Amino acid sequence: MRRVLPALLWQAALMLGLSAQEAGELRFCLRADPKTFDPQIVEDEPSETVRYLTGGVLIRLNRSTQKPEPELASSWHISENGRRIDFHLRPGLQFSDGSALTADDVAWTMKRVFDPALHSPVGDAFRSGPGEVETRISAPDAITVRFPAPVSALALQFDQLVIQSHRAVQGQAPVAGPFVVAEYKPGNYLLLRRNTRYWRRAADGRQLPYLGSIRLDIQQNRDVESLWFRRGQIQFIGKLDPELYEVLARESPASVHDAGPSLDWVQLWFNQVPSAPIAANRKAWFTSTAFRRAISWAINREDICRVVYHGHAKPAAGPVSVSNRFWFNAALKPDEHSPSRALELLASDGFRKRGDTLFDRAGTPVEFSIVTNSGNRLHERILAMIQQDLAAIGIRVHTVTLDFPSLIERITRTYDYDACLLPLMAGLDPSDQMNVWLSSGAEHQWNPRQTKPATAWEAEVDALMRAQASASDDKTRKAAWDRVQQIVHEQVPFIFLINPDAMCAISPKLRNAAPALVWPQVFWNVERLALTP
Amino acid sequence: MTRVFTAAAWLVLLLTALACLAPALLTRSSYNEQQRDFINTAPCARFPLGTDDLGRDRLARLVYGARTSLLLACAAALLATAVAALAGGVAGWLGGGVEKAALWGTDLFVSLPWLFLLLTVRALLPLDVSPGASVAITFLLLGLLGWAAPARVVRSRVRSLATSDFVLQARACGLSGARVFLRHILPNVRPVLLAQFFVSLPLFVLSEANLGVLGLGVSEPLPSLGSLLRELQDYSALSSRPWVLVPAILLTSVVTSLYALAGRTEAQP
Repeated sequence: MRRVLPALLWQAALMLGLSAQEAGELRFCLRADPKTFDPQIVEDEPSETVRYLTGGVLIRLNRSTQKPEPELASSWHISENGRRIDFHLRPGLQFSDGSALTADDVAWTMKRVFDPALHSPVGDAFRSGPGEVETRISAPDAITVRFPAPVSALALQFDQLVIQSHRAVQGQAPVAGPFVVAEYKPGNYLLLRRNTRYWRRAADGRQLPYLGSIRLDIQQNRDVESLWFRRGQIQFIGKLDPELYEVLARESPASVHDAGPSLDWVQLWFNQVPSAPIAANRKAWFTSTAFRRAISWAINREDICRVVYHGHAKPAAGPVSVSNRFWFNAALKPDEHSPSRALELLASDGFRKRGDTLFDRAGTPVEFSIVTNSGNRLHERILAMIQQDLAAIGIRVHTVTLDFPSLIERITRTYDYDACLLPLMAGLDPSDQMNVWLSSGAEHQWNPRQTKPATAWEAEVDALMRAQASASDDKTRKAAWDRVQQIVHEQVPFIFLINPDAMCAISPKLRNAAPALVWPQVFWNVERLALTP
Repeated sequence: MTRVFTAAAWLVLLLTALACLAPALLTRSSYNEQQRDFINTAPCARFPLGTDDLGRDRLARLVYGARTSLLLACAAALLATAVAALAGGVAGWLGGGVEKAALWGTDLFVSLPWLFLLLTVRALLPLDVSPGASVAITFLLLGLLGWAAPARVVRSRVRSLATSDFVLQARACGLSGARVFLRHILPNVRPVLLAQFFVSLPLFVLSEANLGVLGLGVSEPLPSLGSLLRELQDYSALSSRPWVLVPAILLTSVVTSLYALAGRTEAQP
């Protein structure tokens, strides 16, 4: 007994030490208060963060491999050309309140999400055609979901669908994700505590997540956020801008991470809306493919990457980043900077450069304005560089920065603008860009909401986008999407400029972090994150 | 106090001269030429204040920025003072309903959230304006929005003059209202107008700086003191590139000097 007692005490001390080490509190910043805690009506990033950290889903996209993986479902099978999916749930699943998670909860969640009265964006992602979504429970752990029409990237869509308890009372709903909301002080912080009934265990059998709690400080000011990070008050910053990256890299090289070109891109487009209140000669320039191509050749993308992003960006070739391993069309290359080729092309289209000014066929000097949102120094610098690049081929560009609501008003309602420079946040799957490429789409920015395609190539893109959305095999979808990328590259409706790198800063104290390109870049494997004391 | 005034006057004079002579002095530098192989260069013989994040000569941008801010602040102050003289003078001289209406108008203008109003007006303006026109528009807006406070001072002065003995005597002598206003009131209001002009100057320089920091002032590539201050938003760079503080130091010096001049002008009888 004398020998056993010290050994037991030693083991207890060791375990206490381990649990203290692994029950740490991770802290990071949310840019704003979450607008909702209902996972099915999330539209803003703070709410999405809470959903990701607390919600249990059937299938989770592995942000590192970019492949779907089983989560609450142990397996799934897609059939009927993407109309039907059969799930088998893991045994012994529980919500955070201890109640069992069964196929009834999945069926109840599906019913709620597809209720038109809820207006759920998650439900909208599954809606590929008119009709009801059917669910059939064949066993407590087996359920079939059948959609009225094929759903593209069906498995991936379940990454957003949080399974809720059918016994849930709104506001007190138990969760099946790694954390539960414990405390919320609006405008101040949100505290999440470990869900002790989370299903996942580490390879050594230990209960996950390792972290005891997560404190999300609501902080809009990025300078304050970086100050907190430097003081060690928060453990990471996502979406670093190049300047802060460079500063932190100088101070603490081990803390910064550049995961390579992100899926997002920065683009320039010309207003081609027929009813736009702009001069007829400008409309003629903007609808000319040769004009748009020449502008693309006149812009020095390499310089933008080097000067504005300090090398933390890559010239973009199209709507798919080189980091999107499966969907990127490797045949496409970014337009090279060649003012002489640009001038030749413009000459073939009737433009002439006399002195320092380019004139169109009618003898009108070529000048136009480019708008962007105020307050974004990266975009303002890109515009200043484009201004100088286009001056080299005789085009006078007026750069205008507008507050965001005014900018949106102009590009979506009044169409009173010449050209616009903005970023676009893209997802992995081509279906995420349906609203951009369908001629009827609201985000078909150069000429949105067309009743019928304005050009033959837009009609072809419409057909290809619909074909890829309704196809179930990735080979067919890839072929269609490659062709869309090819057409877009040839027709230049968007001048794709750069893909900024996905950069973040992570405290060396945060273990197991593996920054990915896809949101949430740093905490996608939150259940495995741990803090060194 | 005289020394302070003299120093302030010299600084403003020097800057105004530099601003006016900028094109002649900076023949080898351009405020908008991007030398992309020389971004964020430290001060050197070629670039005495270094280069900015696009490789543009900071000294050239500073001189041209001061020129933009100073010359157009003068124009805006002149416009605001002229409108104030008209509105305040008429209100104070005529009195009654006109005065009440003018006071109501000035109250309204003083209460306006001017920054929001400037944002709105600027958003409604045509996009296709040259940088030069954007400067004119920015200061025209500032001038048109900045007349209300000086107008109240002018009205008050005109009101007290209108009831003064020498004006009553002039009226008793049979001079017409217009003649009394032009010959007796206006010359006596001139010091007030001058003081208001000088008080408005630093206000307009600061207002432009605020707009410039928000990215809503003078459009690229034309610099202004406000747009040059935007570099200070990256406060972490201050330790490694302390020379980026020069525009802030210059702005502070200019505004302080202008206030010193205004104080002296106000103090004069």
